[in-house]
Amino acid sequence: MIELKNVQKSYDGGATLAVADTSLTIERGEFLGLIGASGCGKTTTLKMINRLEEPSSGEILVNNCNVIDQNPEQLRRNIGYVFQGIGLFPHRTVAENVAAVPQLLQWSAGDIHARCEECMEMVGLPFDEYGERSPSQLSGGQQQRIGVARALAARPEVVLMDEPFGALDPITRSELQEEFKSIQQNMALTVVMVTHDMTEALLLADRIAVMREGVVLQIGTPKELLNNPSHDYVRDIVAMPRRRAQRLEELMRNE
Amino acid sequence: MSDNLREQLLLLPAYFQGHLLLTLAAISMGVLISVPLGVWAEQSARVKRPLLAVVSIIQTFPSLVILALVVALLGGRIGFLPAFIALTLYSMLPIVRNTVTGLESVSASVIDAAKGIGMSPNQILREVKLPLAMPVIVAGIRTAMVWTVGLATLSTLVGATSFGNYIFTGLQTRNLVAVTVGSLASASLAVGLDSLVASMQWLLEKRSEAVDSARLKRIRISVYGVTAIIVSLALYGLIPKPRADFVVAGKPFTEQYIMAGLLTQELEEAGFNVEQRLGMGSAVVYEAIRNGTVDVYVEYTGMVWANFMSRESNPGREGIRSGVVEFLEEQNVTTVGFTGFRNRYALAMRRDRARELGVTSIEDLIPIAAELSAGSDLEFFGRTEWFRLRDLYNMDFADKLTFDVSLMYTAVAGRQVDVISAYTTDGRVAAYDLLLLDDPRNALLAYDAMILASTNAAAQPEFMRILEALVDSIPDAAMRQANRLVDVDGESITVALEYLRGEMTKN
Repeated sequence: MIELKNVQKSYDGGATLAVADTSLTIERGEFLGLIGASGCGKTTTLKMINRLEEPSSGEILVNNCNVIDQNPEQLRRNIGYVFQGIGLFPHRTVAENVAAVPQLLQWSAGDIHARCEECMEMVGLPFDEYGERSPSQLSGGQQQRIGVARALAARPEVVLMDEPFGALDPITRSELQEEFKSIQQNMALTVVMVTHDMTEALLLADRIAVMREGVVLQIGTPKELLNNPSHDYVRDIVAMPRRRAQRLEELMRNE
Repeated sequence: MSDNLREQLLLLPAYFQGHLLLTLAAISMGVLISVPLGVWAEQSARVKRPLLAVVSIIQTFPSLVILALVVALLGGRIGFLPAFIALTLYSMLPIVRNTVTGLESVSASVIDAAKGIGMSPNQILREVKLPLAMPVIVAGIRTAMVWTVGLATLSTLVGATSFGNYIFTGLQTRNLVAVTVGSLASASLAVGLDSLVASMQWLLEKRSEAVDSARLKRIRISVYGVTAIIVSLALYGLIPKPRADFVVAGKPFTEQYIMAGLLTQELEEAGFNVEQRLGMGSAVVYEAIRNGTVDVYVEYTGMVWANFMSRESNPGREGIRSGVVEFLEEQNVTTVGFTGFRNRYALAMRRDRARELGVTSIEDLIPIAAELSAGSDLEFFGRTEWFRLRDLYNMDFADKLTFDVSLMYTAVAGRQVDVISAYTTDGRVAAYDLLLLDDPRNALLAYDAMILASTNAAAQPEFMRILEALVDSIPDAAMRQANRLVDVDGESITVALEYLRGEMTKN
């Protein structure tokens, strides 16, 4: 579904590489987690898929088409995107936010309305109750639900997510993670999600790519990474959730 | 209601209409130019700095200078156009700056989102950045609007009708009622237009919110209604009026208002349709008579000699007269004739102070000038006449202060200065019992009042016949008394004019 072939990205004409010679294949319906510390190149990798960034070399195929041959705006309209800062349009109502992409694709008013109702129902914020509100009248969790609804409104096959749940409180975050996982499975969405939260990656992703300094160190299922880390960094970062769980268990036993 | 107030209120519709049209036209043009410029500047750092610098520099020019420059650039054209251009230039800074600031303050995450969902740069601008920047842009427009309403009063000086007609006439003729009416009208218009824009903005913001819709509807109807009325009032001024046969002009001081009134009455009584342009600056009105936008006004020989001919010599009264007439002929301005009175500069002192110091002529000042303080109007100490006087008598004053004319007389009357540069036909000379000092060395120029006409107007025999009847018809004393009625006794121009016509010895 998505293929990165020897992709490189440099912001300084090649002196340093933000992303170095990366090749990845993401299957249809697969959920890939991109994980690593800040500045490791994971967000740049994500943004190159819908041409928010252009690769310096290599090529990226979505649905077997080279993204560079497509109009960037058309490309983006066909790929869902959930933003780190949520990025709802404050001057538009909730419903207008959800309708943004179908509107850009010039759907009929009736289709847009029906799809808005559907998507808002899907994320648990019924159209009749929330549609006319302004984004500022929603809680952070509700806002990101709308962010998800907006990303899904135009029925994309591919959804890109840039630390989508990072700004939410832990309870809201885990609720939303579970709900999104089930939506993804029901709709067989192909998802690439950038995160620095290993627990989140382990719980949601089918496969995880660990990045450091622009290089993908290892890519595999959670189980593979846990059992056969190919690299010390991978072992440390994957072991973190388990260490924390163990520590919690110890605490409970000592009570 | 006093006669004065009634007289002022009769002028209100015309002044209001002129002021409104000028303000709305300038602010609309300002918005049309400045918002796109602001958008451009926000997108290109190369444009932003120079553009903001230029609009800021325009703002630092005194507004009078901008007006004068625009008139000069338009080849001396006066009236609506130069005022409109100057006000448009002046309205630009707040609109451009707020547009840039408003666009820059749109949150980066919202713009990223717009880009990420596939909006084109144009769509991002139109559908995200501009709507979000709108409150800041509108705030800029409101600032510009209030400035423009205030500044539009100055356009009177370049011959455009505005509430400034009240203010300048009122200040110069000490008619506080006129000044008050003009200031209140201007302030109310500023507040009114500002609230109108504020309510429009409020309506736009509430557009998508579910507020009490009946109330919203009522407010919407009233805002639209008021806007429609205001715009049609302004546009009404664009309907061409019956074209005036002649344009009578005058400068901003009492004698000129009276003389313009006289010229108007004489022409109207002969059945002509006359338009007045009062309170215009000296250079502006002179330029206007040369290019025919003004047909007739009263000028002074010394003024032409020193200001427009830039002569530094003083060949005496007759010499100046003939030199000036000849010069004006070359400039395509017809000298209809001299009215009979002179209004020249003279040094003046309180009579008791002069007696105390034993002064009757400027020569008597020579030994004591270094201990005296002198006051003048805004220009006297910068004129060649003063330099010649200083050189011929070889003296200078300890202090030289410049004043508004009214304040200059109050200053000498209140003993704050010893000597002033008085006008010989000014009624306040007698009212404050001032002594005009002799000028035995002939330093000060003669200022014979003369009627000047444009070439076009002068070609009409009937017009010339009416004005020639006024030649040599007004003695100094009659003019002085008419000025005094206004400046000292607080009578209206109409009353002074009636008096003057009674004293005239028409041919």
